[in-house]
Amino acid sequence: MSNDLPLIGDYSTPTAELSGARIGVVTFPGTLDDRDAARAVRTAGAQSVSLWHADSDLGDVDAVIIPGGFSYGDYLRAGAISRFAPMMSKIVDAANSEAKLPVLGICNGFQILTESHLLPGSMIKNDHLRFICRDQVLRVENNTTAWTNGYEASQEITIPLKNQDGQYVADEKTLDELEAENRVAFSYVGWNPNGSRRSIAGISNAAGNVVGLMPHPEHAIEVGFGPDATGTDGLTFFTSVLTHLVGGKK
Amino acid sequence: MPRIVVDVMLKPEILDPQGKAIAGALPRLGFNAFEAVRQGKRFELSVDGEVTEEILAQAREAAETMLSNPVIEDVVNVEVIDD
Repeated sequence: MSNDLPLIGDYSTPTAELSGARIGVVTFPGTLDDRDAARAVRTAGAQSVSLWHADSDLGDVDAVIIPGGFSYGDYLRAGAISRFAPMMSKIVDAANSEAKLPVLGICNGFQILTESHLLPGSMIKNDHLRFICRDQVLRVENNTTAWTNGYEASQEITIPLKNQDGQYVADEKTLDELEAENRVAFSYVGWNPNGSRRSIAGISNAAGNVVGLMPHPEHAIEVGFGPDATGTDGLTFFTSVLTHLVGGKK
Repeated sequence: MPRIVVDVMLKPEILDPQGKAIAGALPRLGFNAFEAVRQGKRFELSVDGEVTEEILAQAREAAETMLSNPVIEDVVNVEVIDD
């Protein structure tokens, strides 16, 4: 992959270790955005590794992305069947292990993470019942996770949002805990596009290595293809995890 | 072949947008007796042979762990139907 693409993170002195990182991208039957996620990984300067849902070998990856799409056609519930894939068992174990493997779930990947109980709550149909596709403004509520450390606190970013089952729900106690423990990673700004409780767009686990969100950072990494044709606000997800892996800030 | 029927409903406190849309459409066809609609899921698990206690227990466990998500749904009924 050529490196003639912009890096927007704080990387005045990129090091060799950064490009040596191996980031796995999982493909399930019905996954759509695995290639975009892999491209985002490479654009950020890391090596992307394809992981197949039916395999149970994580292949020594340093982090994992569960991309968007409609795995198993959203049958039963979005993410409900994917959760039982052999690869997911490995990912759940690695995320909960001492090593705390960084895991990012995007859209359907977020739904899979909630079904796997790596993240609390669940997603139900958008309150307006329509599929929605738009450029969405988010506020970074927690810039200390493995996937958000490159953002400024309270930074507003614009990345695409596209989903049918995007309404984040959890009981009041869980929502209170998420807010009290600073585990709301992103919230919707200006308009709540799907009726999510407390305008939550994304959350993290307690350790901050697992992050899930409905909008798509991997679609906003390259000039010419992101929001307004110039938006690259999503790239910082992928540079953040590299900073995290080399023991950078936070 | 006997079937084990499992009924799953969204928890009462979870808004059911599909049910709401159905409730909105019913009066347009003249069905105006209904205050609200909640939409659920019915699963039919066919069993080859007799439904033993052990098989029923398996069905209950499947209902709780896979057929429903306890964060948003309740298993409201598990019953055996003999045809």
